[in-house]
Amino acid sequence: MMAIHLQEEISSLKRHILAQSTQVEACVEKAVQALERGDVNLARAVISQDDKINHAEVALEEECLKVLALHQPVATDLRFIISVIKINSDLERIADVAVNIAKRILMLDEEKAVEPPFDYKVMGQRVMRMFRSSLDALVDLDSRLARKVIRTDDEVDAIHRATYGLVKSKILEQPAHLNALMLWLAVSRHLERIADLSAHIAEDVVYMIDGEIVRHGWGS
Amino acid sequence: MKNTIDPLSDPAIEVEHLNFYYGSSQALFDLNLKFARRQVTALIGPSGCGKSTFLRCLNRMNDLVDVARMEGSIRLDGTEINSNALDVIELRRRVGMVFQKSNPFPKSIYENVIYGLRIAGIKDKAVLDETVERSLKGAALWDEVKDRLHESALGMSGGQMQRLCIARAIAVNPEVILMDEPCSALDPKSTARVEDLIKELRDQYTIIIVTHNMQQAARVSDYTAFFFEGLLIEFGKTGELFVKPRNKQTEDYITGRFG
Repeated sequence: MMAIHLQEEISSLKRHILAQSTQVEACVEKAVQALERGDVNLARAVISQDDKINHAEVALEEECLKVLALHQPVATDLRFIISVIKINSDLERIADVAVNIAKRILMLDEEKAVEPPFDYKVMGQRVMRMFRSSLDALVDLDSRLARKVIRTDDEVDAIHRATYGLVKSKILEQPAHLNALMLWLAVSRHLERIADLSAHIAEDVVYMIDGEIVRHGWGS
Repeated sequence: MKNTIDPLSDPAIEVEHLNFYYGSSQALFDLNLKFARRQVTALIGPSGCGKSTFLRCLNRMNDLVDVARMEGSIRLDGTEINSNALDVIELRRRVGMVFQKSNPFPKSIYENVIYGLRIAGIKDKAVLDETVERSLKGAALWDEVKDRLHESALGMSGGQMQRLCIARAIAVNPEVILMDEPCSALDPKSTARVEDLIKELRDQYTIIIVTHNMQQAARVSDYTAFFFEGLLIEFGKTGELFVKPRNKQTEDYITGRFG
C-alpha cells in the first residue's frame, strides 16, 4: 500500500492551496484598500500580481491530476483532492475579480470625481470578512464556520441589489457622471462576486469535511 | 437515477447471526448481511479478517476442514443451507466457485467445461456441445479457443485458464458465483478481461467476490462489505462506501491509513 506516499502528496497539496489562498487574500485586501484610498499605485500592484497567481493555479491543478492518476485515492482523500481542485479555481477567479476592481479604480481616476453612490467601505469590509472566514474554514477544516459563511452570502447580495437602485437614481440626478457611476456599479458587482466565490469555497470545505453537497441551497 | 426497487429487498442469499469457529478459535462473529440478486458484492478487508472463510461458508466449502464449525443461518433463495439434510453437491452446483489460482483439470478445454455435467451423468452430445459453446461464450473465451476445444487446457495462458474456470462454473447453471481473488495471479490486461466479464455475468448471476485490490472492488462491485477481525464493519453501496464511508475503520482501511 502506498499510503505514506499518498499522505505526503496530500500534505504537499495542502501546503500549496494554503499558500495560494494567502496570495489571493493579499490581492483582495490590496484591491479593497486601493478602493478605499483611491490609490492607483496599489491598484497597479494588484494587477501585476495576477500572472503569478495564474501560474500557481495551473501548477496546483496539474499536481492534483497527477495524484488522482497515480494514487486513485478514495473517501476522505478523494474528497480532499476534488475540493482542492474546485477551491483552487475559485481562488484564481477571486484574484481575477480583484484585478477587475483594480482596473475600475484606474478608470475612476480618469473620471471627474463623484460622490460614491453606496457605502463601498462597509461592503468591502463585509466581503473581505466573508472571504477570510472561508479561508479560515479551509485552514482549520471547520465545517461549522464554512456553513456560517454560506449563510452570510445573502447579506452581500442584498447590499448589491440596493446599490443598483441607488446608482440608478444618482444617474437620473447627475447624468454628467454616468461613466463614473457605472464604474461604481461595476465595483459593487465585483465585490458581490467575491462574496459568491467565497461561499463556493465554503461549500467545498463542507464537502471536504462532511461529504455533503450543500450547493444550490441543498443540505442543512 | 434512483432505483425504485431496492435490490436488497429480494436477496439471493441472506445471512443471519453467522458464527464460525476453527476448533476453539472463533473466526467470524455474528454476521448479518444480504446479497442482492444479480448484483456484484465485493468482500474486502485485511488478511485474516475472515472474508475468505465467510465466502467458503456460502457453499459449505469449509465442510472439508475437520475442525470447522458453523452456527447461524444462511438461506439461499429462502432455503437453509446450514443443515445436515442439505444436498451439498447440489448446493455447490447452485453456488459455483472460482479460485485465486486457476485450477483447470489436466484434460481438454472441452472436458473441463462439461466436467460438472459428466459428474451429473449427462451424456447427450448435443447438450454437451451446446453447453460448451454457451459457457465459453459466457466466459468471453469462445472466439479464442473454438478451434482447439480438444487440446489440453494446460496449454492456455493464465488469463485464459481463469476464464475457463469461470466457464466451468457457469456450465452447470449456478445462481451464485463465488470468486476468491480471481485476478490476483493475472496481469493487468487479463485482469481487465475478467473484470469486464464479471460485469457481463452480473446480468444472470449473483456474484460475490473477495479481493485485496481495492480499486478492483470499486470498479466491479455494486455493494461492498468491509470485514475486520471476523466482524462485518460496514456494508453499503460501493459508490457510497468508497466516497463517504460511515465507519472510521473502513475509512482507514480503504485510504491505506491502516495500522
